[in-house]
Amino acid sequence: MKPFAFERARDVDHALSLAAASPGARFLAGGTNLLDLMKLEIEQPARLIDVGRLPLAEIAETAAGGLRIGALATNTAVASDPRVRSRYPALARAILAGGSVQLRNKATVGGNLMQRTRCPYFMDAAKPCNKRLPGSGCSAMEGLSRSLALFGASEMCVAVSPSDMSVALAAFDAVAETVRADGSVRRRPVETLHRLPGEAPQVDTDLAPDELVLAVELPPPPPGPQAWRKVRARASYTGAIASVAVAGDRVALGAVAARPWRARLAEAALADGASAAEAAAAELAHAEGPEGRRSLVRRITADAIREAREGAAS
Amino acid sequence: MSTVRDWAAPNPVTENRSGLIGKSVDRYEGRLKVTGTAPYAFEVETPSQPLYGHIVSATIARGRITSIDVSQAAAAPGVVLAWSHLNVPTQAQRGAKLNPRSQRGSNPTLASDRVEHYGQSVAFILADTPENARAAGGLVRVAYAAEDADLDFLSSLDLAGPAPGEEDARVGDFEAGYSASEVTVDDTWFSPLQNHAQMEPCATTAWWEGDKVVVHTSIQMVKGGQHALAETLGIPSDRVRLFTRYIGGGFGGKGQSYDDLTLAALAARESGQPVRVAYTRQQMFQATIHRPAVQMRVRLGADRTGRLNAMALEAVTHCARNAPFVEHAANFARNLYAAPHRLTGHRLVRLDIPHAGAMRAPGEAPGMLSLECAMDELAETLGLDPIELRIRNEPEVDPDNAKPFSVRQLVRCMREGAQQFGWDRRNPTPGAVRDGRWYVGMGMATAIRGNFLLPAKAGLRLTGDGLATLTQGMTDIGTGTYTILAQITGETLGLPLDQVRVELGDSDMPPAPGSGGQFGAATAGSAAFETGMVMRRRLAELAAGDPRSPLYGEDPTLMDFANGNIVLGNRSESLAALAARAGPDGVYVEGGISPAADARDWSQHTYGAQFAEVGVDSVTGEVRLRRMFGVFAAGRILNAKLAKSQITGGMIWGVGAALTESNAVDPRYGSFLHQDLGGYLAPVHADIVNLDAVLLDEADDKANPMGIKGVGELGICGAGAAIANAVYNACGVRLRDYPLTPDKVMAALEAKGL
Repeated sequence: MKPFAFERARDVDHALSLAAASPGARFLAGGTNLLDLMKLEIEQPARLIDVGRLPLAEIAETAAGGLRIGALATNTAVASDPRVRSRYPALARAILAGGSVQLRNKATVGGNLMQRTRCPYFMDAAKPCNKRLPGSGCSAMEGLSRSLALFGASEMCVAVSPSDMSVALAAFDAVAETVRADGSVRRRPVETLHRLPGEAPQVDTDLAPDELVLAVELPPPPPGPQAWRKVRARASYTGAIASVAVAGDRVALGAVAARPWRARLAEAALADGASAAEAAAAELAHAEGPEGRRSLVRRITADAIREAREGAAS
Repeated sequence: MSTVRDWAAPNPVTENRSGLIGKSVDRYEGRLKVTGTAPYAFEVETPSQPLYGHIVSATIARGRITSIDVSQAAAAPGVVLAWSHLNVPTQAQRGAKLNPRSQRGSNPTLASDRVEHYGQSVAFILADTPENARAAGGLVRVAYAAEDADLDFLSSLDLAGPAPGEEDARVGDFEAGYSASEVTVDDTWFSPLQNHAQMEPCATTAWWEGDKVVVHTSIQMVKGGQHALAETLGIPSDRVRLFTRYIGGGFGGKGQSYDDLTLAALAARESGQPVRVAYTRQQMFQATIHRPAVQMRVRLGADRTGRLNAMALEAVTHCARNAPFVEHAANFARNLYAAPHRLTGHRLVRLDIPHAGAMRAPGEAPGMLSLECAMDELAETLGLDPIELRIRNEPEVDPDNAKPFSVRQLVRCMREGAQQFGWDRRNPTPGAVRDGRWYVGMGMATAIRGNFLLPAKAGLRLTGDGLATLTQGMTDIGTGTYTILAQITGETLGLPLDQVRVELGDSDMPPAPGSGGQFGAATAGSAAFETGMVMRRRLAELAAGDPRSPLYGEDPTLMDFANGNIVLGNRSESLAALAARAGPDGVYVEGGISPAADARDWSQHTYGAQFAEVGVDSVTGEVRLRRMFGVFAAGRILNAKLAKSQITGGMIWGVGAALTESNAVDPRYGSFLHQDLGGYLAPVHADIVNLDAVLLDEADDKANPMGIKGVGELGICGAGAAIANAVYNACGVRLRDYPLTPDKVMAALEAKGL
């Protein structure tokens, strides 16, 4: 771990001014991902700005009939909120599928969005990785790891986002609200908060260095049943091999791209009266990568759509 | 030298009059561990402020260090010293033995410019804080000249040669017997490379007291660690005092010492301060040993009634080029089923990867994943129940050597297990049972694992306060050794448990071989028992010869021990009073155990039957264990709770082997794909929802005076095979490539059109 400066922010303005004044600084909330990466020297911030005690943990009703979830609400708090559980059950289930109880108690909504890929070659500082060390190459492309991107990958990077929560958020058309040191507030769909790797896989999101996530806003849930499915090698405490969230007529896929992947082609097919299997096939027709993985995502997508339509519990 | 007949006589443990033997006594050190106050090796108090070491690891598989620059690291904040092979203090040549009786040779670190595997130590930093040491480690600049390396096991099978010093074991004429068989099975299984994944990484705290070094380290074998360090430093072993009191998991991976021990001792000498060194989680994967991958071909030939005529298990495995080790995956098959024509053996590929070594139930753990599934296939081919097939091949004597069995309750394990598990509810047709989107199936397998007794000693002191203190250079790697030794000592001396102390893990104590190969309880326990018997004789003689004793002048051989007293008829006195009169240090005796002269005249094993019910997700191929149950026979049980904990823990290892645990060598780098516990997937609580085990009543009077046997490794044996067989029964997919991960299962389902 490299030596670093540590400062606890008094309020949001203080956090933002510290960030603007210290290039290479990172915001620290739960720390469940950032600190691990710092120990491995994959993250080497010169300064940590602790925002963990700022009053941003509230979950509140919006005028539009949705929910506004403060960036510092813990994953546990969101998943156990009665409003989330009754109106956004796919979100509650997605969060509960992530990490462990201890991690969810510590991890925040904002931090969950900002977590980095778990690609084993990204996590091993001794290996070439364009995301970690631009221009060094991609070890994963010809490597042994299986959870590679099926959508939106580039020649530079095939890593996937590890967040389960953001898959459900994308299905609900959730919006991330951020603020910068100059006071400007921006609202971006969670779906496109993360960049696809393109030529610059080292940049995960469009957020500026002094830009802090304040909240995630959920519009009212779409009509219709919801479903969530996460495929994993053991029953808990491991990342998704693939996941899918269904909310009404919307479908989002997880662990298949550098961002939560809205299956717009599947949604369009469903709108045209396609069956669940046809809709899944329409989306996966444009996937790249090993046949087995495409097949898995096709199967769980069809199954989750079917389950949501039948309203059947899994 | 004693014979097993000497062991058969009744004794305080087998009579168990106060009932301590077998009782579910809580862990002796349990409170310390659950309150976080048991000092592990990295945490022990030091005589003065300690320094912290960090090891820098090689990032090539094989080659030479062409340049290494530690100057930047040496100048970093807080750094006390920085070593590479260019400036590390002198150590003895690899393998050297100053003392020919040393159990280990020298194992120098940073010894040369050679790199023999990825993750090998290449530099060492000592600093005032662990953070500064680690940060400075990142400043070491290394350049390598990489050389061609053999890294990929399965593509190197043509390099396989005989295992050193071994020949295939042949009984009868396998080839003739196999070709003459009416029904045959011929399939190949693969068990992948696995890691121990202990919670506690290897760690050492060291300081010097004059010309003696004191080390607290996490190791399963006290003498092995003491001797390895002494030889490496080139000093007599009595100048190394090694402590290993609490160990956060070993599983065979801490059967030897690593560079943390050597570097802590060297750095403490150089700096004149105590030094702590621990491996990082990532280093644990590549700087320590692993269970090697094994490819196993099994051939079974039987007649139509299911009687085996021929069986072969041929295993190919791997080890590091300069660190020979054989995963004896075929050995168990020599003693399990009757068949007149038999062939078992091993071939070995030398690779340029980290060292292969022992991991819980070496041999059986991967080996039974093949044969026990082959038996399932044969049963299906014959239309026989898998249990019935095994019963038809139950041998009268050991099929390898015709020796009688000491005791063998394998059939009873299967029958009781079937009954308690509800095996009769299994539908033998694969894919016939559905529960929503899940295919549901049941499978079983047997378990066999050898039992061993090694020489061991112990010391026992009785003091005037009535306390008995057992001391032994033994380890408790989380298995319960402290607890069972207290029970044995208490029962032998007729003392309540609160008057018994146990002190372990100190190289100055009477030596025991440590924990491994499920020999620990029988070996250390028998030594404790014999030492207790020495104490009884000494105390009886003291009483008989002491005019102040109410037992003065009586026959010491008639005296008994109960409730803290020595008793004869209606006369008695307390052990405390007796010890108090003996002097301020009370009474101290030593005793020990050695294998009986005729112990090898019997075939001696522990046995079990494993039953599993799984669900297979028909969409994703995910396999989830629904319930698991096993019945085991492993001699007299010393502590019902701890024995069951060992057995069920072993079964959970089998779950991991069957479903999740695997590491792969990246053939481009020679490194492991997974280097943390987020990538290397051992089962978690959610995977184990309903798992239980029962131990049958048994006493093996050929094993040792107490009739006990080991339980530490039995539970893993066959456990994974029962799960694989259940997966087949659930969905009709026979996968022979472990672990049975969702991608493989789903691909197989798709291949069947499911």
